[in-house]
Parts: sequence; structure tokens; C-alpha cells
Amino acid sequence: MRLRYLTLTAVAFFSAFPLYYSVVVASRHNSALAQVPPPLLPGGNFFANVARVFDTVPFGLALLNSVIVAGSISVAVMFFSTLAGFAFSKLRFRGRNAMLVITVATMMVPAQLGIIPLYMLMIKLEWTGTNYALIVPALVNAFGVFFMTQYLSRALPTELLEAGRVDGCTTWGLFWHVVLPAARPAAAVLGMLTFMSAWNDYFWPLVVLTPDNPTVQVALSSLASGYVNDYVLGLAGTAVGTLPLVLIFALFGKQIIGGIMQGAVKG
Amino acid sequence: MRHTLDTRVSPYAYVAPFFLLFAAFGLFPLAYTAWVSLHEWTLLEEEQTFVGLRNYGTLLADGYFWNATFNTLSIGILSTAPQLVLAIWLAHLLNRRLRFQTLFRISLLVPNVTSVVAVVVIFSQLFGRDFGMINWVLSWFGAGRIDWAAGTATSHLALSVMIMWRWTGYNALIFLAAMQAVPRELYEAATLDGAGNLRQLVRITVPMIRPTIIFVVIVSTIGAMQIIAEPLLFGSGTTGGGTMVTGGPDRQFQTLALYVYEHAFTKFDFGYASAASWVMFLFVVIAAGVNFLVSRRVKGGVI
Repeated sequence: MRLRYLTLTAVAFFSAFPLYYSVVVASRHNSALAQVPPPLLPGGNFFANVARVFDTVPFGLALLNSVIVAGSISVAVMFFSTLAGFAFSKLRFRGRNAMLVITVATMMVPAQLGIIPLYMLMIKLEWTGTNYALIVPALVNAFGVFFMTQYLSRALPTELLEAGRVDGCTTWGLFWHVVLPAARPAAAVLGMLTFMSAWNDYFWPLVVLTPDNPTVQVALSSLASGYVNDYVLGLAGTAVGTLPLVLIFALFGKQIIGGIMQGAVKG
Repeated sequence: MRHTLDTRVSPYAYVAPFFLLFAAFGLFPLAYTAWVSLHEWTLLEEEQTFVGLRNYGTLLADGYFWNATFNTLSIGILSTAPQLVLAIWLAHLLNRRLRFQTLFRISLLVPNVTSVVAVVVIFSQLFGRDFGMINWVLSWFGAGRIDWAAGTATSHLALSVMIMWRWTGYNALIFLAAMQAVPRELYEAATLDGAGNLRQLVRITVPMIRPTIIFVVIVSTIGAMQIIAEPLLFGSGTTGGGTMVTGGPDRQFQTLALYVYEHAFTKFDFGYASAASWVMFLFVVIAAGVNFLVSRRVKGGVI
């Protein structure tokens, strides 16, 4: 039993230490990195380093872009996933089960391999370099649909919908007045999961955006791949870019973990 | 009449956004990749010439392509196999009454909330040759300074550590979710029969959560075959000077996805890169298929 706690504590330490150490480095001066032994406590240089980040790359714009992109994607995913989840869990229509199976199967499709035509499509639409290229393809995804289907089939009583029908609700009316309010707890978790993954998305934004109009991750990568290996600068940027997520996670970590585990049970 | 129209049509309208979006931005690009791969197709030229399978011929004769294939498999196996064993074990440790249960779970998921860019920036520093913390710790045991990014084996190891750090806890939570659905009575009976902790894990837990294990193995395989951000950023962070699309000066850690990226977005040779994508797709299907067959045979009962 004691061994169990010891092991888990060690794992927790290894999970947290790299993040802690990045803050240590980010709050030091570059010269401190050459010390042996390496510094283990934060220094007083953090805000000066962060200021340097803002001088080196358009970080304010990057933060704004990331908030817009991750925010719009989250709202859209919550809405469209609840809509589709409502249909899959509570409405009867031909081909429903087959379509749900197809939806789940698409999660296995390695979509990254289609990135070249996707890029060509963005050129055709004249969306390269803009946030549209990030937002539109991500408006809804299979995981969200599956997640909301699972939740609604479990948590939304069919009698409630029948009562609504008797009162003369159209299907859309049911969705608006009955389903949406009932879906709120799960949709909120889905929204946070979506926000975090959109915020952290790197590869597609790198391909389709330019360094002068980046998201946070693209800006961080251009910080890190500068011509001089300036770890302090890179890690100061990393700390600021990760902060919003750490905040969300600190506040709602329990719900987020519950959401991941619920989505997984029948996956 | 209006009522039947409403109940008949609206379900399709509600699921339509997903299918339309997937068709336009998921399925179509993937299929179109095959078409592009049959052409001499660059970003700059207006004209595309049909060349049949020529791109594939060039690809299969390119040593760098096979180098990337080897690197992908090596990093994939190094990062995934120990990770899944560790994740199952951690889930097993968490799967009972514990104090600080939530705290432990949160700490497991923290690395997964960290972006891949942040992970590589942080670990590039930790794996630094001269002032990195990992070499400092190893020096206590008499090890010399290791230039992690320079060698094939060492760079693969470093990249695998980053991937494992980010994903082990996440997968542990997925396994934990499955383990919580295993009936408690099974363990109680096994305890009465005198089966130890490890024996219970192998004989009861693993067989009972087999569908989840198969699922995680397949998803991890598909993910591992497409690894790109880690080697891309590791190359630029450790060797300095722009983004290193070659995965180190000797291509010692260039993965397949990075090979595709190099040809598509630095040389803008779309035709050739599409051929590479399509072969990669084949590899993903084969790897997923093989691992499906292997993981399906996991029965436990070794001990």
C-alpha cells in the first residue's frame, strides 16, 4: 500500500517537474543556464523575459488569434455535436445505426495524410494565412458527436421529449427548449476539451499560417527555432502560452477528467 | 403533413453538418491525394502532367524514404510499447480506494494538456548536451556528456521520452475507466484464492479490459505512424537555424510524416509528396492491422 503511494507520487513528480523547471528557466537570465548544478528555484527575471517574447514575435496578435480560433471552434463543436447527438440518440430515422458506426469509424481515418489537397483547397478558397483555414474544417468532429450521443442517450429522458411533442413542439423546438438545456453539463466539458486541443493544435496552423499572423503555438515554434538557441526566451513564451490552459485545467480538472473517462468507456 | 415532413427530414439535417464537413475537409483531400500523386504537380506551375506511377518509382528508390520508414517504426515502437504497459500498470494502481485520487489523476493528465510545442521546447532544454538537467543527473553515475540529438538511438530515445511523457497519463485514464467497469467480486474471489496483486492484474484485469486495450493500441499505432511535430521541433531547437525539416543533419530522426512535409512544404513538390502520403497510408493500415491481430491475442495468463 505504501509502495502504491510512493509510485504514484513519483509519477506525479515526473509529470509536474518539467513544467516547473520550465518556469525556473523562464524566470532566469541566460547565463544561469550554464551553472552546474542547474538552478532549481525561480529567479526574478520572468517579466523581463516575457517582455522580450513580445518584442521578438507578434505574441499579442498570436494570443488574440488563438482565443478567436479556439473560442469559435469550441462553440461550434458544442452546438453541432449536441444537434447530431440529439438525432442519433433520440430521433428515429432510416440508416441511423449505420451512420453512427460510420461516424465513429471516421475517428480512425488518418486525416493528416490528406493535408496536401487540403492546403490546395485553402489556396482556392483564398483562406491561407487567415483564421478561416483553422476554424471552418474544425467546426464539428466525430468525437464530439459520439460524446454527445453517449451523454444524451443516458441523461435525457425520452418522456420529456414526448411531453414536448404533445405540447406541439417541432423537432427544432424540442432541440432548443428541451435538449440544449439538458445537454449543458456535457457540452461544457466537450467545450473545454475542444478549446484545449484547438489551442494546442500546431501542425495544420504551421502549414497554413504565416509567421506574421500566427497562433500561439506557431509563434512559440518560431521563437524556439530562432538562429540562436535562446532557451530562456522559448520557455518564457511557453509559460505564457500554456498559462490559459493551466488555468482552465486547475479550475475544471475534475470535470475534464470525468469527461475523458466517460467518452472512453464505450470507445 | 408538415409534421411528418419535420420528423422525417430534420434528423438528417441535424447529422448533416458532420458528414458534409468530413466529406469536404477529411475524405475528399485524402482521396484526392491519390489523384495528385499520379502527376507532376508543383505549387508554382499551372500545368500538371500525368506521369502514372513514376512518383512511386522514384519514392521507392529513395534511400531517405526508407530511412524515414525505419525511424518512424523505431520511434513508434520505443514510445508506444513501454507506454501502454506503464499506462495499464498506473491505471491498476489507481483502481482502488485511494487518498488524493483526484490529485493523482490531475497530475497524470497535466502533460497531456501541455502543447506539443511546449513539450519539445522544455525537453530540448532538459536533453541539452552541455547544460541539460538529464546529462547532469546522468553524470552522477559517471556518464559522459551525451549529445542526445546527434545520434540515431539517442535521438529516438529522447523523442520517445517526450511522446511518453505526454500520452502515458492520458491512456492510463482511459484504461482506468475500463477497469472501473470490471466487477469487484472477481477480485474478491481471487483474493480469497490467494492470488497476488500482479497475478490479479494479469489474470483478471487485462482479459476483462481487452476491448479497450485493442482500441488504445490501434489509436496509438495510427498516431505513432504520423508523428511529425516532435521531430520537426526537436530538429530546430537542438541544431539551431530555422526549422529542420530533415530531422537532424544526418536525417537521424526524420519520420515519414516529416519526409512528406519536407517535400510538400519546403520543395512544394505536391505530386511526389502525395505519393509518399499514399504509401504512408498503406503503412498505417498495415501497422494497425498487424497490431489489431496481435492485441486480439492478448489473453493474459502468462503468470
